[in-house]
Amino acid sequence: MPNMSPKKNEMPAQDPKERSCNFKEVALGYSKETAIDEAQRCLHCKNKPCVNGCPVGIDIPDFIAKVAEEDFDGAYDIITKSSSLPAVCGRVCPQESQCEGKCVRGIKAEPVGIGRLERFVADWHNEHSTGEVTKPETNGHKVAVIGAGPSGLTCAGDLAKMGYDVTIYEALHLAGGVLVYGIPEFRLPKSIVQKEVDGLKALGVKVITNTVVGKTISVDELFDEGYEAIFIGSGAGLPRFMGIPGENLKGVYSANEFLTRVNLMKAYKDDSDTPIKQNKSVAVVGGGNVAMDAARCAKRLGAENVYIVYRRSEAEMPARKEEVEHAKEEGIIFKTLNNPIEVIGDDQKFVSGLKCVEMELGEPDESGRRKPVVKQGSEFVLDVDCVVMSIGTSPNPLIKNTTKGIETNKHGCFVCNEDGLTSREGIYAGGDAVTGAATVILAMGAGKTAAKAMDEYIKSKN
Amino acid sequence: MYKIVRKKSLNPTVTLMDIEAPMVAKKAEPGQFIILRVDGDGERIPLTVADFDREKGTVTIIFQIVGATTEKLNHKNEGDYIEDFVGPLGVASHTDGLKKVAVVGGGVGCAIAYPIAKKLHNLGCEVHSIVGFRNKDLVILEDEFSAVSDKLCMMTDDGSHGEKGLVTDALEKLIESGEKYDEVITIGPLIMMKFVTKVTKKYDIKTVVSMNPIMIDGTGMCGGCRLTVGGETKFACVDGPDFDGFLVDFDEAMDRASMYKPFERHKYEETCNLFAKEVK
Repeated sequence: MPNMSPKKNEMPAQDPKERSCNFKEVALGYSKETAIDEAQRCLHCKNKPCVNGCPVGIDIPDFIAKVAEEDFDGAYDIITKSSSLPAVCGRVCPQESQCEGKCVRGIKAEPVGIGRLERFVADWHNEHSTGEVTKPETNGHKVAVIGAGPSGLTCAGDLAKMGYDVTIYEALHLAGGVLVYGIPEFRLPKSIVQKEVDGLKALGVKVITNTVVGKTISVDELFDEGYEAIFIGSGAGLPRFMGIPGENLKGVYSANEFLTRVNLMKAYKDDSDTPIKQNKSVAVVGGGNVAMDAARCAKRLGAENVYIVYRRSEAEMPARKEEVEHAKEEGIIFKTLNNPIEVIGDDQKFVSGLKCVEMELGEPDESGRRKPVVKQGSEFVLDVDCVVMSIGTSPNPLIKNTTKGIETNKHGCFVCNEDGLTSREGIYAGGDAVTGAATVILAMGAGKTAAKAMDEYIKSKN
Repeated sequence: MYKIVRKKSLNPTVTLMDIEAPMVAKKAEPGQFIILRVDGDGERIPLTVADFDREKGTVTIIFQIVGATTEKLNHKNEGDYIEDFVGPLGVASHTDGLKKVAVVGGGVGCAIAYPIAKKLHNLGCEVHSIVGFRNKDLVILEDEFSAVSDKLCMMTDDGSHGEKGLVTDALEKLIESGEKYDEVITIGPLIMMKFVTKVTKKYDIKTVVSMNPIMIDGTGMCGGCRLTVGGETKFACVDGPDFDGFLVDFDEAMDRASMYKPFERHKYEETCNLFAKEVK
């Protein structure tokens, strides 16, 4: 008999007041007992709607059944058949619009806490496993992966399991991509990412850091080195700015710069050599998950007032509901229906304010969201000494500019078929480099699809 | 890890190092830069490629000890390793079709000006080098410049070596004496480059400046190195570091460069104290 409690087991979390002053993980994870109790809420529907909602197609009811039986190793084996980074996805996937969004229990009450269970299983495994893996038998074929982010790591993992000799080339000094430079420690501890990368290395994957493909080495030179197929997972790393006056004042950051200083370079730690400006009041412009991350980092760095400035209303915010809730609990102030028009500076050229106008929602635009229109005469100045622009990113043109015959669209994204094949034979791509900024799990799904296609391609040639 | 295969002190505050980095050495061209981290907690700093040896697989960097990171780097010796070294980044200097060029370097900027002068010289271009330092003790690369220049003007602020005066004085004198340059290439402190462009503007001589703003990744990701060039925002790391000197907003660049001054000062003193303790 399933557990018919209408509500999910609550996720234990650090107290908001306490956590807004530290970088430790916010959500603490289910205990064994809670996990088993939550697993018993699953109805094991025959048609498994949740699986259809999962971009990598994890057999969700099966792994949940194993959790209910207290067979956590069994549950882990089921998840990892489809997902290479369960500890990451259990934390950062937008489950409410994927698996949990399709859960039958969600029609009348709350869906099963699938993400929380996935995280539990992955954490349990990481805590109890010896880290030993059986290296797959090598098939003698070399493949290269560009970028050690979610899509690249997934693609590399899948290919390594098939027996390929895989080398990942990473531009930064650390593997992980957005998982290490973008998503903050308090949402995704870096030790978890490191474990996933170590797991790949144990499978035989080589990770070469400090190599910018398109500069240090070109895609064509990689083919010369004997790689038979190449996967490009170079992400969407180029920050956008608004183009308003004052954007180059001291104290205006792109979200990428702000988060990279904090997360990758650990600017929040005393022993880090990388500086970050100490701020009293911070305005983060944008309404996505990255904006929430930046705002919550700013709070933890000691800012008294942190604002989210977003031109539409909260209903249109692209950020996950949970992230918005967490930000609010931590005291982030939401200035929705406000749009910046100028950054104001003092005589030393440091930011001293953000001039905004109020907006109201008009008719729906091409995105289907109601279009914000300026309210006449509503100008006001928000008193801040730092502004973080979090209004999106686009793919880096380095590879496109140095690889002949590779097609991109008007946004600079690689044009691929459904298998991830680009306009050039043997070159596949996936993740944000193809879709523009999206989610970790979609990038992983693309890495998976491409790995399968690359395997078929190499087999067909030999 | 990347091995330091040679270390040489050029003056009390400027050091040269050859770093073993074959992949970078294979591709590096004058005008490009690298990013390094000295150790695991280190910050990423950009340094321009001063020279390279493709056969030996080494890249030469020259740096002035100005902060915590360069202080730490200077404490490393031949045979030691540094944590990270990535490049070559940025766009190489354009040298095609140039017949006669004035290369104007100031202080440690001469370390970057030198490989460009050398490349131009090897391409058969007539090179006039104008190099400026505060005083005699700070002079670097004099013999090297001498070997690749058809004319060398050595300037010091106090007249303790070469001629007394600023590089702009020497440049203007050469132009006034009838020298016709296809281009002036200038590398040094922002304020010096700003004034070089003021001189060349008067004579309408195309001027290329090499910008070295604060950056983190060096691949276009952070946007910290942004500059206003001809009214547009450009990223020095991917669009530069060379830009048309007449179009660069130097005042803004100077403001932005000062952003972390207090932090840097503090970290530098902290690091110096740490090393002083070790010595005791």
